[in-house]
Amino acid sequence: MNVISLSALDLSIAAGLVLAVALLQWRMRLGNTRSLLIAGTRTVVQLLLLGLVLKIVFAASDIFWISVMAMVMLVAAGREVMVRQKRRFVGSWGFLLGTSSMFVSAFSITLLALLVIVQPEPWYLPQYSIPLLGMLLGNTLNGITLGLDNLTRNVWEQKAVLEGRLALGEAWTHAISDIRRDSIRVGMIPIINAMSVAGLVSLPGMMTGQIMAGAPPLEAVKYQILIMFLIAAGTGMGTITAIIIGCRRLFDERERLRLDRLQ
Amino acid sequence: MTDLVISNLQSSVPGLSVQHLEALDLTLREKEITGLNGPSGSGKSLLLRAIADLDPSGGDVLLGNQSRCSMKAHEWRKKVCYLPTESAWWFETVGEHFPDSNADVLQKLGFEEDVLDWKVSRLSSGEKQRLALARCLSRFPDALLLDEPTASLDESRTHLVEEVVSSYSTSRSVPVLWVSHDKNQLQRIAQYVLEIQSDGSIEEKD
Repeated sequence: MNVISLSALDLSIAAGLVLAVALLQWRMRLGNTRSLLIAGTRTVVQLLLLGLVLKIVFAASDIFWISVMAMVMLVAAGREVMVRQKRRFVGSWGFLLGTSSMFVSAFSITLLALLVIVQPEPWYLPQYSIPLLGMLLGNTLNGITLGLDNLTRNVWEQKAVLEGRLALGEAWTHAISDIRRDSIRVGMIPIINAMSVAGLVSLPGMMTGQIMAGAPPLEAVKYQILIMFLIAAGTGMGTITAIIIGCRRLFDERERLRLDRLQ
Repeated sequence: MTDLVISNLQSSVPGLSVQHLEALDLTLREKEITGLNGPSGSGKSLLLRAIADLDPSGGDVLLGNQSRCSMKAHEWRKKVCYLPTESAWWFETVGEHFPDSNADVLQKLGFEEDVLDWKVSRLSSGEKQRLALARCLSRFPDALLLDEPTASLDESRTHLVEEVVSSYSTSRSVPVLWVSHDKNQLQRIAQYVLEIQSDGSIEEKD
């Protein structure tokens, strides 16, 4: 591998840029300074930990440890979806709705990619399975977070409209249909944008990495196309699942709007 | 026979610990307007919402001899229509909120036919209130639950609405429950007037 190794100084320069933005936000009282700094710190700590863990998991290449790691990633993603909701579902629904939607979409698509498309030997080879799952989870997480946040926020704000429609005898599926369509659309925006500008405006991260690592550009392109499609499918499936279940949960068996199920 | 029979009804809104109203037994007769009066916050709207099955509630409500449990909730609400004081609008124009060709009721409420092309964002609160009633009646419900339907109307429009509801009630044999703060109005239009007492019971006023 002919990768140029990065020194601590190289990373410090990049970190300095983030600090500069934080300082600017603080001086101009724009808010958000705290969350930027926390997110930056989390990036460093989490990625360093990941580097260490991956080193061990790659060396062991044991399906048990790979499964454990996949579960940890799923739970972390589920928690992230939950805490980013302004109005989340009450009780275990808050965590399980996002987590199960990601499980259904990201896991099944990663399995399909490993078993049918890429077919590494063995199929769970961590150098392939962990990054694939990570990319799928990360992007599905985005879609589900945006979609669910849009759903719960709109339902909360449009209580009068929803109940007005119910009072006129509309079925709940009809009353919520506009919000549901809009929420799925919002969840899909990032991946649709990414696919639309891929190669024109942005060089996608994975391809950039492969090219820097010395892979032939066309090989990198093929992988990137594959990943983009997998992500689009995963985000779509995950978002649609989460929104459909979320909508159902907002109404009870007598088609009443139940905002008490949101926090 | 399409009386609206309310039996042992008690609203139980989750998160709302205080129960304002006692369990209610009441029959709203067809072709009759029943007035309901009571201080603000005494639970008049909650009662109407419970009858329309928009909030969870104990007890039963029957239209004629059909229990609300025997049909899907949206079919029930199509028959037993609740009209809130503040109407909500979700399309850009008035007409999109109406089923096809219902100029009749609009005309009776003092609108020309071109009202269907009006933008919702430009309606006054009085126009909204009358149009919300028209939107409700244009779906031909079998029972009406009206929550202060003339709250933002001037005197002449108020009389117009009273007339339209009365004639709808008698011509289609529909029971009406009409909530109002205006006791004179209830004397004028209602065959029976009920008043919510401070202890949460409901008594008939002469």
